[in-house]
Amino acid sequence: MTKNKYSLFSLIKHAFSYHENWEKAWKDPEPKKEYEVIIIGGGGHGLATAYYLAKKHDIKNIAVVEKGWIGGGNTGRNTTIIRSNYLWDASAGLYDHALKIWEGLSQELNYNVMFSQRGVMNLAHNLQDVRDLKRRTHANRLNGIDAIYLNTEQVKKFCPIINTSPDIRYPVLGGTLQRRAGTARHDAVAWGYARCADKMGVDIIQNCEVKGIKRNGDSVEGIETTKGFIKTKKIGVVAAGHSSVIANMAGLKLPLESKPLQALVSEPVKPIIDTVVMSNAVHAYVSQSDKGELVIGAGTDDYVSYSQKGSHDIVEGTLNAILELYPIFSRMKMLRQWGGIVDICPDASPIISKTSIKGLYFNCGWGTGGFKATPGSGDLFAHTIANDEPHKLNAAFNINRFVSGDLVDEHGAAAVAH
Amino acid sequence: MFIINCPYCGKREQSEFKAGGEAHIVRPKQPTELSDDQWAEYLFMRKNIKGIQFERWVHTHGCRKWFNVVRDTSNDVIKAVYKMGEKPPTK
Repeated sequence: MTKNKYSLFSLIKHAFSYHENWEKAWKDPEPKKEYEVIIIGGGGHGLATAYYLAKKHDIKNIAVVEKGWIGGGNTGRNTTIIRSNYLWDASAGLYDHALKIWEGLSQELNYNVMFSQRGVMNLAHNLQDVRDLKRRTHANRLNGIDAIYLNTEQVKKFCPIINTSPDIRYPVLGGTLQRRAGTARHDAVAWGYARCADKMGVDIIQNCEVKGIKRNGDSVEGIETTKGFIKTKKIGVVAAGHSSVIANMAGLKLPLESKPLQALVSEPVKPIIDTVVMSNAVHAYVSQSDKGELVIGAGTDDYVSYSQKGSHDIVEGTLNAILELYPIFSRMKMLRQWGGIVDICPDASPIISKTSIKGLYFNCGWGTGGFKATPGSGDLFAHTIANDEPHKLNAAFNINRFVSGDLVDEHGAAAVAH
Repeated sequence: MFIINCPYCGKREQSEFKAGGEAHIVRPKQPTELSDDQWAEYLFMRKNIKGIQFERWVHTHGCRKWFNVVRDTSNDVIKAVYKMGEKPPTK
């Protein structure tokens, strides 16, 4: 990898040829007849899985098949918030594992993922919020995750544009702050993992839709795709909103519902908010991108849909809340709005698991909060595929928890409303 | 956003309604005799279809009655609406 390392030197060298001779970051191969492992889904999680399979588990014959282009699904549609302040021990372990990898990811990938630890603040708007947030702060600290509780004055001091007046509809009574949390550049995450995986021999096959999964009794034999049949003994499915569609091909049913989740960005303005503020109760998330756009996360619709758009009233509700909390934004114009399809588990926790079919693994159910987990998810899923058993950090996130009842119930506990 | 033709009130905006998930999941007649697998199937496992899906909706901000909807989840086009207890349309 050192040969084509991105550096100041390579930047200067390529300046002499007007930056026209940069090599492609990844190849565009045709699928081979057979792979040791095939990852379905070329988003951040899928590419990270392939990268860690090659890097840590010495499996080189890997393909990532992607229906569209890499990073074009939820990886390119989220609001890029990264945090690990989850209530339950299992979740705290999972998300903080990811956060620790984020902290060194740009160096590891030799690709600037623009990870910015600008802090994430969660607001409390009623007495129950205050109690829940204090409880979560204590739980986080017991798990070694940085968390502090802020009163209204401290919230105002940390983010002065918030309206902390006591006479708004949902007054700010306090909040929590995780300083290690922040944001990253979503495209760069997919591209960085793709480039490194490609260098280690992973075939990234775009525009290749999976049409069927071939089974031989209780094990998998390969996948039917728009580019023909590809043989394999191990399939890792990381298809986000389309996980159920792939599961149906293998004759499997998952406890998932796929719903639209919307986000929107404003016109770019000068720096006005240097952190991420999330409000569970009124459902308003806002941060500012490096380009200056406000990045606003809305909620999910309550119906199943694969249409990658959502209902207008969801956006309206979010903007109502944003305007009450940040009156300064009242004349901002919104530039773009879009939807992604998120697969939500009944307990709002992900599944990183083997299945009843030998050689078929699922990494799904990330719902509204998968981006933050990208590196950890890839690492743990690679471990699960390579060893045919989960890592201790994802053992609780097995698919059998819906049979045993041992759920990881982050609904309402994870500092966001799902 | 789309328009739903409530069988009791007529055409209204979708924001007046609440989605109730997959339809025709029958509550087990003998709950005490179910295995854990059967409970999981009943409680949690969903078809989550991309395409024609049969589902329940309730007109929360209207007549507050439940009914069934046949909808294409890939483009949100509603194919049919029918009352609770009625047989689902075959075409």
